[in-house]
Amino acid sequence: MAVESYDGLKINHLYHEYVAGKPILKDINIDISEQGIIAIIGPSGTGKSTLLRCINRLNDPSQGEILFGGLDLTQLKGQALRKQRRHIGMVFQEYNLVERLTVLENVMCGRLGYMSSWKAWRRQYGSDDLAKAFELLNFVGLQDFANQRADSLSGGQRQRVGIARAVMQDPYILLADEPTSSLDPKTAVEIMELMETFAKQKNIPVLVNIHDVNLAKRYAKRIIGMSDGKVHYDGSPEGITEEDLKIIYGGESWLD
Amino acid sequence: MTTQMIDEQWQRFTFSERLARFAVYLCLVSAIVWSWQTVEVIPEFLYDAPSQFMDMFERMVPLDYTSYPISIHGAMIETLHIATLGTLFTLVLAIPLALLNAPNITPSKTLNWIAQFFLVSSRSVNSLVWALLFIALFGPGVLAGIMAIAIRSIGFVGKLLAEAIAEVNMGTIEALRATGASWGSILVKGYWPQVMPAFYSIVLFRWDINVRESAVLGLVGAGGIGVVLNDAQNLFEWQKVSMILVSIFVVVIVAEAVVIQIRNRLI
Repeated sequence: MAVESYDGLKINHLYHEYVAGKPILKDINIDISEQGIIAIIGPSGTGKSTLLRCINRLNDPSQGEILFGGLDLTQLKGQALRKQRRHIGMVFQEYNLVERLTVLENVMCGRLGYMSSWKAWRRQYGSDDLAKAFELLNFVGLQDFANQRADSLSGGQRQRVGIARAVMQDPYILLADEPTSSLDPKTAVEIMELMETFAKQKNIPVLVNIHDVNLAKRYAKRIIGMSDGKVHYDGSPEGITEEDLKIIYGGESWLD
Repeated sequence: MTTQMIDEQWQRFTFSERLARFAVYLCLVSAIVWSWQTVEVIPEFLYDAPSQFMDMFERMVPLDYTSYPISIHGAMIETLHIATLGTLFTLVLAIPLALLNAPNITPSKTLNWIAQFFLVSSRSVNSLVWALLFIALFGPGVLAGIMAIAIRSIGFVGKLLAEAIAEVNMGTIEALRATGASWGSILVKGYWPQVMPAFYSIVLFRWDINVRESAVLGLVGAGGIGVVLNDAQNLFEWQKVSMILVSIFVVVIVAEAVVIQIRNRLI
């Protein structure tokens, strides 16, 4: 049964452990019902990526529930899980494009969940989907690159393709795992702006893991500060204090 | 003062390491000496080798060109058919085994090992021995040759293909999983584009090897040019033998050139 409408994402008492007895995520509770960019900040190794990957089940949580479209994602398997994944777009730090396929085909990969393997193999994309892909490429400024191979693009261009692929899914939520960490500061800002635009246009939340606190404050409507596998701060970007940042990242010398 | 002393006494290896290295060299030299003694070369045969060689060379020239259209050409085409059909037939079994053997596609250790078992058994037997087995099954002829080539190649193609699959960028695969793509779609859109260059490279390389191997298979009766070569040798038709050897050489060179051309275009 597919979700036809989006009624928010609710994470309740989520735990995740790679090694038994050493949890990475400890009792995470997050409730997302608004649209716009929501930044998750915190030091490396605190479980930001793991949290995002638990939502679309690239990682399997060990306890807790993730409510999305009236279903608990942690309980889904096989086809039911794939049907929910179609509505969760994901953007990666290393772009994770199919290097030897063209830009257009990479964007069309966002429709794979909606088509059979046979049609994917024969490249029988629907004309609506193709029109939409061209429109998206136009929007992210890559219309001239449609037939170029993905491995000929620069980092910023690749990330645009990555975002277009995720948006192509018609997602009810976007997850972005360090989308700007491999990019220069100017390109990073452009990518954040692009994601903000899509959040507004599609009226969806965009959950972004990010290292750069200033970039997070600039674009996020809400900041979730994680430290040691727990949520330390969850609120507006204005409300986060230096005291909070000290607790989240530890120490204070880096603030100067 | 002390540092200088240490510097002067610096040595790359410790005393025991040097002892071990010396022992390895000693073993190597004694192995060569020992094996030379056991070979038991008969000196008389060795001494007249140059004159024997000249004798054979004289019997082999000039090449018997007239034999080419009569018996060699057809057998040569048969050899190429054995190599090509054998390589194509290999794929039918090698691709599924490679998929089963690659741990990132088949997470089950047991299935990995079962696939590994078949790949290793295919490789551990020489194609001549496979040919003898299939001649016993199907009788002498082309079919035995094709089967011998096919079964011997499974291990080679399957192993290299499994390694190519295991080395794909898993980030891309995860990205496709995250879109809700089915297993089959991930295979054709995630794995295949990444494995394709290696796949063609492996298959062409194996075809190249198979052309050479199928030329030999005839010696045991599995069809192709080898049968003609064997007959000519048994009948002491040395000028025909040299014609056959030159033909094989030319075909191998041409095959090599063709493979290089195709590989360059594909990758």
